[in-house]
Amino acid sequence: MSLQTATVLRSNTFRSSLLFSAAFIALLVLVNFALFNPGQVSVVVLSGLYQGMLFFLVSAGFSIVFGLLDVLNLAQGSFFMLGAYIGFAVYGSFPEGTPVWARFMAAIMAATLGGGLLGALTESALIRPLYARPVFQIVLTFGLGIVFTELVRAIYGPAGLIPIQPPAALDTTFPILGARFETYRVFIIVVGAVLMAAILLLLQRTRIGIIIRAGVQDSEMVQALGINIRRIFTLVFALGCAVAALGGITAAPYLGAFPSMGDQFLLSAVIVVVLGGMSSFEGTVIASILVGLTRATAEQISLQYLQTPVLASLSILLIMIVVLLVRPSGLFGREN
Amino acid sequence: MPNILEVDEIYTDIGQFHILEGVSFQVPEGSVTVLLGRNGAGKTTTLRSIMGLWKPHRGRINYQGADLVGKPAYQIAQLGIGYVPEYRAIFRHLTVAENLRIAERKRGQLAERQRFIFDLFPDLERLYNWPGGQLSGGQQQMLAIARALVAENKLLLIDEPSEGLAPVLIEQMMQAIRQLSSHSTVLLVEQNFRVASQLADFYTIIEDGKSVHHGEIKQLLKEPDLIRRYLGAA
Repeated sequence: MSLQTATVLRSNTFRSSLLFSAAFIALLVLVNFALFNPGQVSVVVLSGLYQGMLFFLVSAGFSIVFGLLDVLNLAQGSFFMLGAYIGFAVYGSFPEGTPVWARFMAAIMAATLGGGLLGALTESALIRPLYARPVFQIVLTFGLGIVFTELVRAIYGPAGLIPIQPPAALDTTFPILGARFETYRVFIIVVGAVLMAAILLLLQRTRIGIIIRAGVQDSEMVQALGINIRRIFTLVFALGCAVAALGGITAAPYLGAFPSMGDQFLLSAVIVVVLGGMSSFEGTVIASILVGLTRATAEQISLQYLQTPVLASLSILLIMIVVLLVRPSGLFGREN
Repeated sequence: MPNILEVDEIYTDIGQFHILEGVSFQVPEGSVTVLLGRNGAGKTTTLRSIMGLWKPHRGRINYQGADLVGKPAYQIAQLGIGYVPEYRAIFRHLTVAENLRIAERKRGQLAERQRFIFDLFPDLERLYNWPGGQLSGGQQQMLAIARALVAENKLLLIDEPSEGLAPVLIEQMMQAIRQLSSHSTVLLVEQNFRVASQLADFYTIIEDGKSVHHGEIKQLLKEPDLIRRYLGAA
């Protein structure tokens, strides 16, 4: 463990937040073991991680952008949806006979790049003139989300597109304690985990990460040190949108693509960010896993005991209320 | 001595308030110049206007031939001006090392300047991996000044370095400023007249947003009436 990590861990607040989150996750796992057999528990845990990673991919950008720019990007879900559609367009543009893995990789790269470019354009052309007007930003990003959704609806129709085929190696299932689980969902867990680690490394170990963390606290002072914070704002916004777009195309072989898919994930992303503590990236990481596990547990309870999906839909709102009652600033939020 | 900075009749508004209404002064190269005045006179606003953090709507600020008015703060900093704000602006969640590293304008600059900084502020070497938020007020002040020294700034703007510090730390801070003034020109805002008079070569008194007196500090020391009238100290 580096000295730097050690000093962060020395902070009592951080330690108590970690303990609280670990206790919550342990409680969820215990509830699972009390209610389900081991095979079902393993499927619930993997399914929870899968959902958690999707929530993370939408909320990561949301959290960093809010932390640094003080912008609530309500169009974040649309970038998730746009990523899926850009990926579909690129996937479908290859001639017959092109290997699936090549089309799939090209789709992922195009979606990520496209999301990032669109994000950079959105920040520099639309958000930048409104930095001093937070209410206008909220209205703008909300409206932008609607525009993107309606544009896609006009081009591709309201029905949505059926899931694209992933590479053969990922298009399988595997046995786990008597149950079966899709390999592709494990792939999504791996992509999410790799991105979590990459973004954490970027924030903790690079100069750009230091600038972002400093900018979250005092962007004026960062400027006074000779750093063009506007450029960093654009970069961070683009990064957030690129990650969301990557999430969209990564989910496409499982979920397909439909115009309202972004809206479905936006509410969950907002809950994740609030639960984790506004502008705390570590909080977003932990909260997305927690929300994913909660939802998967609630889905299994609904399926097995209630025969109605209502608990699954309500579960993440309930968990947010419970956590905010105990910790009003969220899991890793700071009082100020 | 040629002037490194010439502030010529600047007017700065903050919202609907007219804070600066004609501030002019010069800072000779290699000197320590202090801005004096009562609370709310406009000293901090003057530093922030030079740094580009607030925009003067009239007047000129000439730094080595370049007009700073209208330039963004990052470009002004890149011209070789370091800023140590009154509130210190330490990045609380970054370590001392990271607080210094962020001030690098080219790769390896911190490594080059590290020895000079640690000689000036030995505490920072010991606290290198501590979060900035866990330092004492004095240590944070040292870090804020050290951060402005990482890049080779020709002019340092230091706002109220002695504020909130214990007397023993004020002495240490004064010693450090004296040492660093042999490398850079210093423009200081200081409320503590004893500190100001011991550090500075030149002064400008600001009263109600206007500069009203300039000169050598040794001349000011001979005019107790002026000191009492504008600064309330004798």
